[in-house]
Amino acid sequence: MLAPERDPFVQSDRPRQPVVAVRDLVRRFGDFTAVDGISFDVLEGEVFAFLGPNGAGKSTTINMLCTLAHPTAGRVSVAGFDVVERPKAVRRNIGLVFQDQTLDDRLTAQENLRFHAVLYRVPSEQVDARDARVLELVDLSDRRYDLVSEFSGGMARRLEIARALMHVPRVLFLDEPTIGLDPQTRALMWEDVLRLREEAGVTVFLTTHYMDEAEYADRIAIIDHGRIVALDTPEALKAAIGADTVDLGTKDDQVAIAALKRAGYTVEPVSGGARVFVDNGENAVAALIETVGVPVVNVHVHQPTLDDVFLHYTGREIRESHAEAIPARVRAWHARRGR
Amino acid sequence: MSSVPLRRPIVQGPETVLRDEARTTGMVWLRELIRFERTRTRILSGLIQPILFLIVLGYGMAGLVGSTGGFDFKKFMFPGIMAMSVVTTAIFSGMSIVWDREFGFLREMLVAPTSRASLALGKTAGGATVAAVQGTIMLVLAPLIGVHLTAVLVAEIIGLELLMAVALTAFGVFVATHIERMEGFQVVMQMLLFPMIFLSGALFPLNALPGWLSVLTRINPLTYAVAPLRQVVFAAQHMPPAARKRFPSSVEVFGHTLSIGSEIAIVVVFAAIFIALAIRGFSRTE
Repeated sequence: MLAPERDPFVQSDRPRQPVVAVRDLVRRFGDFTAVDGISFDVLEGEVFAFLGPNGAGKSTTINMLCTLAHPTAGRVSVAGFDVVERPKAVRRNIGLVFQDQTLDDRLTAQENLRFHAVLYRVPSEQVDARDARVLELVDLSDRRYDLVSEFSGGMARRLEIARALMHVPRVLFLDEPTIGLDPQTRALMWEDVLRLREEAGVTVFLTTHYMDEAEYADRIAIIDHGRIVALDTPEALKAAIGADTVDLGTKDDQVAIAALKRAGYTVEPVSGGARVFVDNGENAVAALIETVGVPVVNVHVHQPTLDDVFLHYTGREIRESHAEAIPARVRAWHARRGR
Repeated sequence: MSSVPLRRPIVQGPETVLRDEARTTGMVWLRELIRFERTRTRILSGLIQPILFLIVLGYGMAGLVGSTGGFDFKKFMFPGIMAMSVVTTAIFSGMSIVWDREFGFLREMLVAPTSRASLALGKTAGGATVAAVQGTIMLVLAPLIGVHLTAVLVAEIIGLELLMAVALTAFGVFVATHIERMEGFQVVMQMLLFPMIFLSGALFPLNALPGWLSVLTRINPLTYAVAPLRQVVFAAQHMPPAARKRFPSSVEVFGHTLSIGSEIAIVVVFAAIFIALAIRGFSRTE
């Protein structure tokens, strides 16, 4: 699969190599298969998102990639090292940011960074320059001497990202990096992540169950029940399911959906009606209303979102699982912006 | 924007491995000191309990026991109370790994590409330093109790405190690596720490105990850590022979009076065992 063209900053002078290579990766817990034979490559300098609902196998996969869990079967190479055979070499070349905070809040920002620098063998003479640089990258230079206990959740998260960069990792792994952060802080954190990619050329692998967050990625792998059901750029994923989507609310949605399917439409049930994927929404509306055969209550035409992509590939709305995490008005705001 | 190269590879030669591991140990040690220095309340609360014991038990018992040649129970207790302070702080420091786990920082250490032994040694060294400092702070009470201090005595005390602190901090690290949750901490403190202190000779002489109790005190590693501390303190005091007989400082095992050298050797052996157990426990921690 080709990398997206839209990033001119990264490694343009040489062919991009996979920095993470995953082949037929499996992880079982007793009878339960959490990760069910997945394969993919992450290219150097890419922002790669693993998108899926809670329990889809995202964290299990990231743990295997980071050498924190053993694969049941399959192979993983990170930064050129096999995760099972050379775990320490892999860890020296990756930066990790977990879902839960792992800072020492009795230490200052700088002390946390220096502790990390020693653990990851950053040469002493480089430590000063490194901690200045990473704090600059996440815009925390003026909080260097402050105790972490005085930091907000968002600042702590950005400090963790800075810390993960202290030892110049080739891949930065972020497991649900914005969970629990408010929308403004999430936007700020994403600015940081994209700046890292541009200024530091670091490859970013992240897991998320936020659709709007996955939009920032160069490529997205949609994971469901331990399998990758789709993998491409956000644009390509959306284009693949049709140019437009039409939401129909009817008097009897089941009848409507059955009728649309019989007529050959790509249709998925959603809360409040049926969602149809078509090439030109506005032209298709009349034909759709005729096809359903029951009275139509409302019609809404919009361009496909990643929600639609997810719905298309899994038959479920991911929103259901994270509706509580993003306030409705924020989503409404995004919708108004024409996303 | 700074001109620091961002993608310079970090080269690892085998000759640098030892130096890097020592750096890790040093950093973990430093972290313990920084945290100790920043938690003044902990330093204070670490002082209150021993002082309470010294005042309540020391003065209370002094009235009952009386004095011999100007030497009373408070002076007898003083080295024991110092030891108690060191031991409590040491076990507490070692077991702070339970806190590190609870607040996530343990994970930062465990996922690092470093040897677990370096981390366990750093934790042990840091906790032991803190405990020895806490114990040494107790010396400010010496003039109040009437215990005479010399420069040599203070040096001896610090040395013995460090040794016992290393053994007990390593023990704390070992116990903490087998505890998953905070509740376990209280249980260990109640079931292990207090019996160990009470059966160590810190608070009363061990020479006139019933047989079963005597056995318990002799298998308690702390017994052999408390005795040398008391011996060096007593050696620097003016004590008439009658007082030395009344307030013995040595430990008898199978009728033999142990020399201070053999007591120290026993503590060194225990320290080595506990350090090995701490490293093993830390290496198996997930």
